[in-house]
Amino acid sequence: MNKVYDNKAWLLILPMLALVSFSAIIPLMTVVNYSVQDVFDANTRFFTGTEWFTQMLNDPTLQSALLRQFAFSLTVLAIEVPLGIGIALIMPKKGWQASAVLILVTLPLLIPWNVVGSIWQIFTRGDIGLMGWGLRELGYGYNITRSAVDAWGTIILMDVWHWTPLIALLCYSGLRSIPEAYYQAARIDRASKWSVFRYIQLPKLTNVLVIGVLLRFMHSFMIYAEPFVLTGGGPGSSTTFLSQSLTTMAIGQQDLGPSAAFSLIYFLIILLVSWVFYTAIMNMQKDKEEGV
Amino acid sequence: MAEITLKALAHSYLGNPTSPEDYAIREMDHVWHHGGAYALLGPSGCGKSTLLNIISGLLQPSSGEVLFDGELVNTLPPEERNIAQVFQFPVIYDTMTVFDNLAFPLRNVGTPEEKIREKVLEVADVLELTPLLKRKAKNLTADEKQKVSMGRGLVREDVSAILFDEPLTVIDPQLKWKLRRKLKEIHRRFNITMVYVTHDQLEASTFADKIAVMYDGQVVQFGTPRELFEQPAHTFVGYFIGSPGMNFLDVRVRDGQLFSGNDVVPVGQRFCDIIANTHSDNIKLGIRPDFIEVHDTPVDGGMEVEVVGAQDLGTNSVLSLRFGDVLLKARIDEDQLTPKGKAYIRFPQERVGMYVDEYRVEIDHE
Repeated sequence: MNKVYDNKAWLLILPMLALVSFSAIIPLMTVVNYSVQDVFDANTRFFTGTEWFTQMLNDPTLQSALLRQFAFSLTVLAIEVPLGIGIALIMPKKGWQASAVLILVTLPLLIPWNVVGSIWQIFTRGDIGLMGWGLRELGYGYNITRSAVDAWGTIILMDVWHWTPLIALLCYSGLRSIPEAYYQAARIDRASKWSVFRYIQLPKLTNVLVIGVLLRFMHSFMIYAEPFVLTGGGPGSSTTFLSQSLTTMAIGQQDLGPSAAFSLIYFLIILLVSWVFYTAIMNMQKDKEEGV
Repeated sequence: MAEITLKALAHSYLGNPTSPEDYAIREMDHVWHHGGAYALLGPSGCGKSTLLNIISGLLQPSSGEVLFDGELVNTLPPEERNIAQVFQFPVIYDTMTVFDNLAFPLRNVGTPEEKIREKVLEVADVLELTPLLKRKAKNLTADEKQKVSMGRGLVREDVSAILFDEPLTVIDPQLKWKLRRKLKEIHRRFNITMVYVTHDQLEASTFADKIAVMYDGQVVQFGTPRELFEQPAHTFVGYFIGSPGMNFLDVRVRDGQLFSGNDVVPVGQRFCDIIANTHSDNIKLGIRPDFIEVHDTPVDGGMEVEVVGAQDLGTNSVLSLRFGDVLLKARIDEDQLTPKGKAYIRFPQERVGMYVDEYRVEIDHE
């Protein structure tokens, strides 16, 4: 068949392109603009080229914040994904129990970030917080303002509490969409519970899990409000993540050039990791011997 | 190897069934003999799939017994029943290759790997899946997937019956025919009992030696395709089998003659005698369109009818005939001229069935 090449349809995406320009491309370009200049005041500025980028990449504070950030994101993913799948598997499937559990599981997702930070701030206080007081009564010298381990543990616990429900909900919807015949066939094939999970449920969850992991990675990699309210980045800088370093630099010190360069690097890292992850998963699903 | 016996079996999806309407399966007895190829035919919602799921153990019947070779299996779960089931939509394990899919039921019971290999290759050969063995099952076409799900039933040596729940629904028409032949071939080769659920009479009669027609939670007739066609035991079978279905006339006896409305239906005295002995007033006379004789001129023992339409089906035509208040269908060969206006029809006595309360009454045609 002869294909006629007619590219007029591209014109149809023009309105969308205009919208995206306003919402994303233009703001992004202003950041690019700042990142290559040193701005003193409205009339005085110098072109700096890649100087800010080099400086940011070699900054030991930011390097350690980046490592901390990766450690945090990977830890919460490693906990939240299996836990979310587990919760989804044991959630009731019908009747009023299903609705009740669904609401209970969803609740943490509805709480604003700052409020979550405040809740946990109070929760972990040694004098009136249930957890802080309880742990001390049990003989553990729990103190998030002194011990980096306590601070880390608490932030991870908080994130798990806040965001595991997202994974659980996504998996729950994924599980519900598996036709009953799959389970029936598995029973007839004498599959074990583990096999049912491994060969029916998990494969059917791949798509929702890709979305879940991507969302959670991006989210956790950009985390700001919760640790800021809970620990303020301390003790020392043990819980200072990338966003907080950036805010300190951009707002606190008004270093527009370096923070713009830093923002772009930050953005590119998230983009790169997400792309690598997505491509890897999509390749896994392909036939190894396509076309045989 | 199994003979499947259903004894006083009934099932309701409701907790407290009271009236017969509450039952998906009304109390029934049935035997599927070993090695037979059976079809379970009926319209949607008549209880076919329910019955199949009870046999395979996916569903517990409300009452009655399921016996395999005389042994009660009611309490056994599907995994202990030595039965395979193929579902309407192909069930395959997406992430596995075709080989692993076929090997799955064997691996689950710890069969040695070389034995698995031998068995899988054998079944793949029969189903013509050999070139696909290394492919991921996810990327197959619908008919290939359905063959894989059949194959999982065939690899197991302990399988004594395979149940098919409308397995060809998602298959392209031209492939349907091929797969049906494949099924027949498999049946001959493996000597297993096969029960095939369908709502398509053509599918049922090409696959099965004997067909059980289900209607309203009951098996209303169990017989060969020919028996179902020539002697439908229930008005539903008459109506459901054949295209167009059987003609039915509400009849009663007056002055020793059979009447449909105000018109006399000249059939033999024997019919009148039988009816005279029943107390029911639900009496129907049934005759297939294929068996009505159509003439241009008055015939002895015939009835005058008005021709209201004709449908040309290529090798034959179907006439619509008005007889009193009823519309009859009659099939005539293509070489017979379509009568216009008036026509005369005759019911050959041996082709006429009498139905009291929807069930056929046997009449001796000496």
